[in-house]
Amino acid sequence: MSVVMDADRIGRTLTRIAHEILERNRGIDDLALVGVRTRGDHLARRLARGLREIAGTDVPTGALDITLYRDDLMRHAVGPQPLVRRTEISFSIDERKILLVDDVLYTGRTTRAALDALIDFGRPRSIQLIVLVDRGHRELPIKADYVGKNLPTSVEESVQVYLRESDGRDEVVLQQGGPA
Amino acid sequence: MSAPVTMRVEEAPPLTALRRKDLLGIADLTPEEISLVLDTAEAMKEVGERPIKKVPALRGKTVVNLFFEPSTRTRTSFEIAEKRLSADTLNIAVASSSVVKGESLADTALNLEAMHPDMIVLRHSSSGACHLLSRICRSAIINAGDGMHEHPTQALLDAFTIRERKKRLAGLKVAIIGDLLHSRVLRSNIHLLTKMGSDVWVCGPPTLIPADIARFGVRATSNVDEAVAGADVVMLLRIQLERMEGAFFPSLREYFNVFGMTEARLRRAARDVIIMHPGPMNRGVEIASEVADGPYSVILDQVANGVAVRMAVLYLLSGGAGDEAAA
Amino acid sequence: MKRLLKGGRVIDPANGIDGRRDVLIDGDRIARVDHDLPADGAAVVEVPAGLVICPGFIDMHVHLREPGHEHKETVATGTAAAVAGGFTAVACMPNTNPVNDNANVTAYILAKAAEANLARVYPIGAVSRGSNGELLADIAELRQAGCVAITDDGRPVATALLMRRAMEYAGMFGIPLIEHCEDPSLKGDAVAHEGYHAAALGLRGMPGACEALGVERGILLSEVTGSAFHVAHMSARASLRAVRNGKNSGIRVTCEVAPHHFTLTDESLGSPIPYDTHTKMNPPLRETVDRDAMLSGLADGTIDAIASDHAPHHYDEKHVEFDRAPFGIVGLETAVPLSLDRLVHTGLIGLQRLVQLLSVNPARILKVPGGTLSPGAPADITILAPDLAVRVQAAQLRSRSKNTPFDGWELRGGVAATIVSGRTLYVNPAANVPDGL
Repeated sequence: MSVVMDADRIGRTLTRIAHEILERNRGIDDLALVGVRTRGDHLARRLARGLREIAGTDVPTGALDITLYRDDLMRHAVGPQPLVRRTEISFSIDERKILLVDDVLYTGRTTRAALDALIDFGRPRSIQLIVLVDRGHRELPIKADYVGKNLPTSVEESVQVYLRESDGRDEVVLQQGGPA
Repeated sequence: MSAPVTMRVEEAPPLTALRRKDLLGIADLTPEEISLVLDTAEAMKEVGERPIKKVPALRGKTVVNLFFEPSTRTRTSFEIAEKRLSADTLNIAVASSSVVKGESLADTALNLEAMHPDMIVLRHSSSGACHLLSRICRSAIINAGDGMHEHPTQALLDAFTIRERKKRLAGLKVAIIGDLLHSRVLRSNIHLLTKMGSDVWVCGPPTLIPADIARFGVRATSNVDEAVAGADVVMLLRIQLERMEGAFFPSLREYFNVFGMTEARLRRAARDVIIMHPGPMNRGVEIASEVADGPYSVILDQVANGVAVRMAVLYLLSGGAGDEAAA
Repeated sequence: MKRLLKGGRVIDPANGIDGRRDVLIDGDRIARVDHDLPADGAAVVEVPAGLVICPGFIDMHVHLREPGHEHKETVATGTAAAVAGGFTAVACMPNTNPVNDNANVTAYILAKAAEANLARVYPIGAVSRGSNGELLADIAELRQAGCVAITDDGRPVATALLMRRAMEYAGMFGIPLIEHCEDPSLKGDAVAHEGYHAAALGLRGMPGACEALGVERGILLSEVTGSAFHVAHMSARASLRAVRNGKNSGIRVTCEVAPHHFTLTDESLGSPIPYDTHTKMNPPLRETVDRDAMLSGLADGTIDAIASDHAPHHYDEKHVEFDRAPFGIVGLETAVPLSLDRLVHTGLIGLQRLVQLLSVNPARILKVPGGTLSPGAPADITILAPDLAVRVQAAQLRSRSKNTPFDGWELRGGVAATIVSGRTLYVNPAANVPDGL
């Protein structure tokens, strides 16, 4: 098992992504951040803070629970199944440019589910995907627009993101075998 | 599960699935399972607040609502819940009476089973009908009310409503008043509330109190004032008008005078008491209109919460929560 | 044809015998029971150690269902089940279709019994026409045709007045009135014993008092009329108390208990199989204190007989919702193993007492031959294997119906062989019974 990103690295990566967001999107007035629960939610909030510090604007931020949108293959995935939580998007997503935030991009199925969920909420103008780690092995034609770190992995390995808000520390860990 | 991975085991992982095939009664559930249903119902409630009130969680699943007793309220609630989860629903209303025999429950079940429904929601006038169905069918069975035995989703939505208002169930004084003997809602609520640590008082005329009621972990009394004193929750149960013929009490007028919930009686309850009723209400019998429509009543919330709670039950039993649910 | 059963333990309370004896059977009669009898032309059968020779058991409460309900049982299948259960005779209830309230039905039953030629059948006639509680049945005619008692079993006699008249009238013939004790208004549409388990399962319950009321009524009327009153299938402690008081007052009351009432309690309603219709019978399975009262009544002599209340029902009839299922379970083939396992091997009673309960007293109450191995008595013999390991298997029962809650039970004690009128009608292959028996 090895630590591929430590707290410092995670912090700098998120700052870098915040800058990228500002560069690529002419105006940020119609932007909104939606984090995929649970860790994507924490990352989205950190990005919102980052954007506020850099550009002085408050980007609306919501949290999306995609448990009810998982497909069969996701349901049989190894590991403890998540509890269904509330989705909290207190603003309208119509006509907005949504920045969908998740911790790890792997098969792409989570993102697919998140897209289905978002479209049930309204009609965004566009959706861009932000991930902290892209570990490859896509099973669907999904691509991230902003990537914290590209991390080639094998299917026997697993990538685990730990965040202060939920796990007490900031760390991205690569290990052999299934997730704990 | 894959090859074992070393991990620090601080405590058992939180429950995320109901470890059973059916929901036949609250008596079978653990407090953890009850909490799981209530927590999941929170998320389901939010689905009902969206513009598009649908999630694909039960897409492609067939759910049969097999109702041997007429019921608009419960059946509609289940149907909406099923549709919100994108299930294919089928409503079968069986006209039945003890006089008209017709096809046996066992045969109805076998015929249905041949078409492979994923879940069957059963309401029947015989206690234990769901147990019989469960032995015959591989489908998941959800008890929507069997005779005088249990009505688990009602108790779950009652608990959800209480928790919504009071933020907890443990330590609350809950008074349940009415026809205790014949009520399946009572039995389910007693099981649930005692498992979750509430202080349950049941009240009614002695003729309508089941045998050995203290063995269920509740206090029983025929004195309404004693039951209501300091109560955080007052739950009224329906009095069936036919009970007069069984000499359970002399008249509805007398019942109302002795046991009916009026504003005056309610003054002895806690200041922020909530009034509940599974419906349909007999106004002027078990509950006065001013109480049913008053500021303490959460009766309409119960109905609203019914859909969310039933969505949670359907979801957690359907295997949508993972392989563990099939065990 | 003579047979000599040599060296087995013989229990014959009527003659004060409990020990090793030889039993000489001559044709259809017992010739002699004594130590070291000479063979004298008889076929000699060495009785293996461990088997016990008793006067033939008599089950005084059996529903043979014929005429009218042959899908559940017939006289032929019922008497086959009886001999397999160790019973040389059964008394059968009149709630057939048509009800046995006239000589024609009685003759029909006896003809079927003769045709089957297995256990003896003693019909019990109805108290009232159709058992509908209005007019007396032709009791003299029934007696003449061969009925040994009267009852409206399935339900209580409708009114105290009718019961009084029936008792007075039947008193002419010295036959007992056997009563299904129950107060119908108190019973209502109950399906189980009123208590915690029925309450938890949402089943309507009837209290023990429901039965005891009927017992008290019958005892009082027995006192008034001087006629014999017999309590069928007693289950409640209040009933036992009433019978005990009645006996102490010298009233002619007797009673029987079914094995399920001294074995099971209302806890079986919910466990192991919730709402198992094989736990539904009337009177119902009651609380532990009632079950224990039955045990103490069996031990202290208050209870006179064990009778199975064998009530066969077809699978389809029982495979329904609990409150829709008919009351009753089969019992002929489990009565003896349950009695041995639960009464004798627990030390509650000895084998002598068991023989009184299953043979001596039923014969006395019904005034039929049997209950003894005296010279000249019919050669009706039940041979027990008290230490035999028995596994109840519903599918193997000889009864046409298999509605038993005891399927899979492992019991200690069973029947080795059953001899009626000198003919060996049943041999248990598992019991080490010698050839020639």
